[in-house]
Order: sequence, then structure tokens, then C-alpha cells
Amino acid sequence: MCLLKIENLHAGVEGTEILTGLDLTVKVGEVHAIMGPNGSGKSTLAQVLAGRADYEVTAGSITYRGEDLLELAPEIRAREGIFLAFQYPVEIPGVSNVYFLKAALNAIRKHRGQEEIDAMDFLAYVKSKMEIVKMEEELLHRPVNEGFSGGEKKRNEIFHMEVLDPTLAVLDETDSGLDIDALKIVAEGVNSMRSPERGFIIITHYQRLLNFIVPDVVHVMVGGRIVETGGKELALELEAKGYGGHTRAAEAAAEAAMPASG
Amino acid sequence: MALATPKKAATTPAANTDAYTRGFARLAGELASGGSPRLQALRQAAIERFAELGFPTTRQEAWRFTNVAPIARTPLTVATDAPSVTAADIERYHYADCTQMVLVNGRLAPEHTRLLGLPEGVVVSSLAEAWQSHPQLVEEHLCRYAKFDDHAFVALNTALHADGVFIYVPKGVVVETPINLILVGAPQDEPLAFFPRLLFVTEESSQVTIFEQHVTVGEGTYFTCPVLEIVAGANTTIDHYKLQRETLAAFHMSTLQVKQHRDSNFSSHCLSWGGLIVRNDVNTTLDGENCTAILNGLYMVEGKQLVDNHMRVEHNMPNCYSHELYKGILEGKSRGVFTGLIYVKKDAQKTDAVQANRNLLLSNEALCNSQPQLEILADDVRCTHGSTVGQLDKLAIFYLRSRGIGEEAARSLLTYAFAADIVTRVKLPQVRRDLEEFLFRRLPKGEIVRQAV
Repeated sequence: MCLLKIENLHAGVEGTEILTGLDLTVKVGEVHAIMGPNGSGKSTLAQVLAGRADYEVTAGSITYRGEDLLELAPEIRAREGIFLAFQYPVEIPGVSNVYFLKAALNAIRKHRGQEEIDAMDFLAYVKSKMEIVKMEEELLHRPVNEGFSGGEKKRNEIFHMEVLDPTLAVLDETDSGLDIDALKIVAEGVNSMRSPERGFIIITHYQRLLNFIVPDVVHVMVGGRIVETGGKELALELEAKGYGGHTRAAEAAAEAAMPASG
Repeated sequence: MALATPKKAATTPAANTDAYTRGFARLAGELASGGSPRLQALRQAAIERFAELGFPTTRQEAWRFTNVAPIARTPLTVATDAPSVTAADIERYHYADCTQMVLVNGRLAPEHTRLLGLPEGVVVSSLAEAWQSHPQLVEEHLCRYAKFDDHAFVALNTALHADGVFIYVPKGVVVETPINLILVGAPQDEPLAFFPRLLFVTEESSQVTIFEQHVTVGEGTYFTCPVLEIVAGANTTIDHYKLQRETLAAFHMSTLQVKQHRDSNFSSHCLSWGGLIVRNDVNTTLDGENCTAILNGLYMVEGKQLVDNHMRVEHNMPNCYSHELYKGILEGKSRGVFTGLIYVKKDAQKTDAVQANRNLLLSNEALCNSQPQLEILADDVRCTHGSTVGQLDKLAIFYLRSRGIGEEAARSLLTYAFAADIVTRVKLPQVRRDLEEFLFRRLPKGEIVRQAV
């Protein structure tokens, strides 16, 4: 079943187009990796999927489980099962990590017509998730991300993902800047959640993550669109050869497209 | 960042000083019946000084952003007695396991007094009683610290205070049960003015925690003008919490004047969310070595409320530490004013002084004027000050929404988060709970905030 279908997506910020006609289809059960050089629009795609208002979608469509995703507010997307692990998680002083998660989970459950989870059940549930990401109890009770190290913040994102149990998870460079131990924890988090009912889009700058999370599909994104799609071996190829060929091809394509688009 | 406002014609309040001189004449009998010859002379001098000064205008630097003309214009009558309030009226301001004393319109309501396990020698009484029971102590300290020469409201209070509270803690005594003072404003048909006077004197190595709550029973306009003088003896620890939670129709012009002796630790938490025009003057003088002054505040106002926190910390001796953090949340067309002066005398070397004022504007029409000031005459000190005015972080709102939290709740959570570092500094569970409850009730979708913090 098709989980996400993006067609000819054009989006940008303040009049600058960043996504220039992007197509992507993710089926349930699949893990897609999106790789590409800096500035290719990977993070923009992630933010647009989660509904950040600063990005304007000027053309194209995003269909999520048959629904027009672009019509939905960010919180409705989350309640419908979309999760974005932020590249730069935000610190929220004064708001406890665990209680915040409980409020978020209950908002999602309410949306789905489920009862609010009670405190005891929630705690047991959270403990089981903490083990997966080797989260220290202390980080549970600290304010969201406040004073967390870079690695702790990324782990906390994966922890949030585990608890909120999304249908489509988008990881925006969650691996960047992690040491090998933290990287393995992130990968284990994702692997533990792989299921026939769920899809993943893993945006990464480095091939290394894909040694631990083996993707079903690898895309190369350059100049705001997908320029090549292949299997997991494509990641290794990119690692060896870099994005040079793709970048030149994209430039040529953009030049060719210019007269047509006026 | 201080926001400059365009200079506009100063508003000169109508010369409505007559109401107070009339009140002074009407109260003459009562005011003369207690106190001392010195106090009588002071009262006279103060009312004369007030008549000269009149209400401050926005032409005066200390009142530049705070227009008190609405107070001057209101036909106020000096209260000559107090209505009674029931236990039920004030139940929600009652704190368990605290000594309690209640003033209504500036006068003791003795039926509500509860003295709980006060150690030997500790005095918690009305000021009128204290003039009878401890005249020397009161005479030694009352009206010695809060100066009225250039302060119309201190002058009014000095002249017109009918009663108040006196607290005395002898040498070496630790008062374990906090003292909860409930200062009730009980509006009557005609708008009243009243002037509670508080005096806390602590002797060497003593310790005490005092709450000062300003509340309203009923609805209507009134003007309360309290003055609190605190003497922190050598090596004392005094924690003072002020909750200003009056009706939005109240005028509140208060002064806290602290004198700190060597090695004293004084902390003040000033929480303001009631009143229409509110001014908190908070002054401390560090008159001995190794004093610590912690002055924190949180104000949250909406509609047409104005709250002005006016601080002065005087470092007069070496090796003292002062730390001020005031945070403001402004909604609607409300206005926040912060002025903080750290003054460091020439001999006050090794002073360590920090002052910060942070403001969160939740609407486009709210306005904030923040003026942190340093005046340093010593050359070996560490003093910093800072001031910010900002709005909620859009990215943070998006982050919360991306986890399923609705937009309104996300904004409320972040507003709570802004206030949180003052909330967590409130160590006393009673006060902290009250503050949290206020925020949960006040913030949209507060139930989600309650669940999430």
C-alpha cells in the first residue's frame, strides 16, 4: 500500500525555490534513504512534510494514506502518524521531557478516538522504550532537550519517535555528529520499529548510517529533486564516487529547463 | 534592549492631594492615639511633603513610563475603618501550617489571626499592638529606612498608615513555620485608599520566611499603598514572597525597603498578576560585608494592566553579592516597566552583582520599557546587567506541534517554559503551587500545560 506519494513538489522560502519538482513514493514497510550534498533541499523536504509554515508549497501535491497532507496543520499530521526527528531539536526549558511526551501521546490518542493513557501504564510504556535507546532515567525528568549534549538530543528524538509510534517517520540527519555508539543506538531504534505497517524516510549526509540501517530504496537528491533512485548498493557507490556526477547532471538539467519555465 | 518611547507631553495628575490632607485631618484623632512624638512629627512632615510633591508625573525620571494620573483622578477617600471579611472569603489564600495574620483595608482583622508554634520571643502582631507591647523596638526601626523626601507614596503611607504588621525575631531564633500575611482589599461603594505599614526586624543569626499576599474580597476600585521595611540583622536568613493577586480594578503602589547587616541573606520573590496600575519599589542596601540579596520577580499582565518594578540595590560594603532576575509576560495592551539600578559605592570592592530583566510579548499591542542601570564607583567589581524583549520562538512552537500538541497549547507551554525559571526558584511549595495554578488557569489550554510540566 502506498503510504506517501509526492508529485512534482515545488516549495521554497521567501520566494527562493528550493524543491524544484520532487517526486517520491514510499510504500508501507519500506525504509527510504535520501542522500545528497549540502543545500540540495533534504531538510526542506523534511520540514515541508511536517508542515512548517515558513516553507511555501507553490506547486505539486503530497498524498499521505490517500489524504491531501498539505491541507493538514502540523499537529494534525503528527496525530495522523507523521513524525519528524529534527536535525536541531529545540530546547524547551521548564517542560519536563516525560510529561510533555505524555501530553503529546494523549493528544494523538484523543485524535484517534482512544482513551487517555493513565500515569502508571504510561510509565511502564515509557520505560520499555527507554531501554531501546539506552536513555538515562535522568533525561526523562529533565526539561525537553535542555542542557542535553548533541548526542543526547538525537537520542531523545528517537525516544520520542518510539513513544509516539508513528506510521511515517522522517529522520533529518539524525546521524550527523554522532559517535559510533550513539549512531548504533539511533540505528537500533529505527530497526526495532521497522514493520510492515510503517515507513521511514531517512535523510542523511553520510553513508555510514546505512551500514546499520539497511534501506530498501536509496535516493540521490540534488538541486531540489530526486535525480537517481536505486537499491542499497547506490549508497556505497555514492560513498566511493561522491555527488560530482549528479551535481553536474542536475546543473545541466536545470539549464535545459530554464527556457521552458521562462 | 530597552524600547524607547517617543517623548510626549507629561501628564500632570489633577491636584487631587486634598483628599489625602482631608483624610489626614479626619484620622488625626486615631493617628495621634498611638506611636511616639517622633512618629507624630514624621506624619506631619510627611503629609506636608506629599502636599508639596503631589502625585508623580511622567516628567520625573523614576515615573517616566508609569502614568499614575488615573489614581490621582479617582475620587478616593482615605479609609477610616474596615469591613469584616469571613473565613470563607479568604480561605483560598490560607496556607496550611503557617502563622497567619490578616489586614483588611490596612487594619488588623484579629479574628483571622493564627499564631502557630512561634518560638519564645518572636513577635507577630499588628503595628498598633506593637506600639503598646514593644514601643522601643518599634520606635527604633519604624519609618527609619523608607525615605519619603522624594517619594510621594512613601510620604502618604508615612503620614496616613493606621495599622500594619510588626514581626520581630530575636537573636539566634529560627522561625520554622512561615508567616502568611494576607492583606485584603475590600472595595466599598466609594473608592477607598489605605496604607498598610509593615515592619520586620530580625536580630543576629535568626531566620524567618514571610509571605505577603495582596488580595481582593469583592469587586471595585481601591488604592492600596503599602510600605514594608525589613531589617536583616547580621548573619540572618530572610525569605520574603510577595504575591500581588488583586482585582484588575485595584491600584497598588508599594515600597519594600531592606536594610542588610553583615553576612545577611535576603531573598525576595515578587509575583504580580493583579491590579490595574501596579508599582513595586524594591530597594535594598547592603550595609555590611558578605551580604547576599536575591531579588526575583515574575509579572504577567493583560488588558490595560500596567506593572512597574523599580529596583535599587545599593552595594555600600565590599564582598557582597546581589542577583536580580525579573521576568515579564505581557498580553493584550498591557505594559511592563522595569528599572533596575545597581549602585556600587567606592569602597564596595569585590562586589558581585547580576541583574537581568526578560520580557515576553504575547501580543503586538503590549509594550515593555526596560532600563537596567549600573552606577559603579569601585574599581574591582563584577557587575553585569541585561535586558531582553522578545516573542515566542516560532521554531519551538513548530517543534511542539510536530509532536501532536495543538498550536494554542504549544504557545501556552512555551509561555509556561518562559516563566519556569522563576517558578522553580520559588522554593516554598505553597507559593509555588499558587503560582502554578495561576498560570494553568490563565494560559489557554492550561490543562495540557498542567499535564506536561
